[in-house]
Amino acid sequence: MKNVLIHLLLFLFLSPLLPGIINKTKAFFAGRKGAPFFQPYFDILKLFRKGLVVSTAASWIFMAGPIVTLVAVATAGLLIPLGPFDSPLSFTGDVILFVYLFGLARFFTTAAALDTGSSFEGMGAAREVTFAVLSEPALFFALLVLARVSGSFRLSDILHGPIGGVNVHTVAPFVLVSIGLYIVMLAEASRVPVDDPTTHLELTMIHEAMVLDHSGPLLGMVQYSSSLKLFILGALLLHLVVPFRAPQEWLNWLLFVAEIFAVAVSIGVVESIMARLKMKKVPYLLTGALILCASGFILLVR
Amino acid sequence: MTELLNAILVVILVLNLFTLGTSRIQSAIRMVAVQGALLALIPILIREKFSLTSVIASVVAVLLKGIVIPLIMNRSLRSARIKREETPLIGLLPTVIIGAVITGLILIFSKMVNVPGGQTTTLIVPASFSTILVGFLLLITRYKAISQVLGYLVMENGIFIFGMLLVEAVPLIVEMGVLLDLFVGIFVISIITNHINRAFSSLDTRRLDSLKEE
Repeated sequence: MKNVLIHLLLFLFLSPLLPGIINKTKAFFAGRKGAPFFQPYFDILKLFRKGLVVSTAASWIFMAGPIVTLVAVATAGLLIPLGPFDSPLSFTGDVILFVYLFGLARFFTTAAALDTGSSFEGMGAAREVTFAVLSEPALFFALLVLARVSGSFRLSDILHGPIGGVNVHTVAPFVLVSIGLYIVMLAEASRVPVDDPTTHLELTMIHEAMVLDHSGPLLGMVQYSSSLKLFILGALLLHLVVPFRAPQEWLNWLLFVAEIFAVAVSIGVVESIMARLKMKKVPYLLTGALILCASGFILLVR
Repeated sequence: MTELLNAILVVILVLNLFTLGTSRIQSAIRMVAVQGALLALIPILIREKFSLTSVIASVVAVLLKGIVIPLIMNRSLRSARIKREETPLIGLLPTVIIGAVITGLILIFSKMVNVPGGQTTTLIVPASFSTILVGFLLLITRYKAISQVLGYLVMENGIFIFGMLLVEAVPLIVEMGVLLDLFVGIFVISIITNHINRAFSSLDTRRLDSLKEE
């Protein structure tokens, strides 16, 4: 019970800190002081206090978009186990639900973007869906590799498998899948080599283009759910990259928090040393991720 | 220790694909340098007992493949004033996919290859075959002389992986001889590329047939 409570608290209240850490890392690399760590919290709270402007062309889909996205992502957060602890909600086959909750969130985000009737947002939606075609199978292959190793279709079992299961046959697929998942994480959380979260006015952007018409609480929800998404994907990746466990329970939680912060710092470093890819190059990167995850699977079943 | 060996070998395979996928020659050079250095470290990592000769061999190989050869190649790249492989024979993404398919097929079928002393638990045999073939692919599809040198280096890395099956048996003098050959080869090719560049004001190997007297 205590662990479920900590899970929920960490998931709901810690995740906006991750973009803050990323921004601070980027500021450090640029030699700036940077916004405070808690700036994303202030931004989200500010947005929730603001009024709402809705386009006359928009229907209820526009309002439903961010709400459904937030709910879907939050549900996915209940399914993912953090560190060595089981997730609050788990059943056989929840791995499929996990992936498709992201799919649902994406569908409603793009539908809301199309609903505004703005060509700009339609373009962003088209791009998002195009890239999702490549990143979703990569995620599936990655989970398939883990499911095969652990022999289970419960997300908690699947992700706890790697701890004891690292041996000669599984280490190579795990390395491949980790690299693939890292790229998928960058793409899904719309971070730098794929998308630039800081530019709001460029023709090359993806995710930010879709939410241009959202304002006030709706934009707050969009930002909150994107940080939740980053948290979930980071937690997923951590199961593969750092399968170390401490003997005490509280130490495990501390370890998990430190690890997820390290993921945020690594994203910040990637953003500082890399430029955004050209739009037509992005599919190359995602195909690369797909190839890595798929060859991990081949390596495992050969 | 075989876990570590497999992890390194799989990183080598990923580096292969990245080398195929990048059009910037400088980053390709960097990838191949990392690959060579990682490979050179393996003999130290997988051997249970340390011997002075193996440490010397590894250190020399790391210095040569990780630092000296990339420096020489970057130098000739700078003097040639080119940055990218603009029009490869097959596009970049198709080459990556071909490379990945080759790697996948080799991973599937490598168990049929019976190598004396070869273990099936490690990835040495498939990794070496696919690295060699990726090297071939680079050699075939790239037109710039420097990229072709990179293909040659990747192939050499593949052969080096294969040599790891015999890691206990190869004497130091042979390894040093191979490294010396490699070094001299790269050195000479770099000089030749400079001359090609000066004579044709391009590094495109397709133009080399204009040496023929008409």
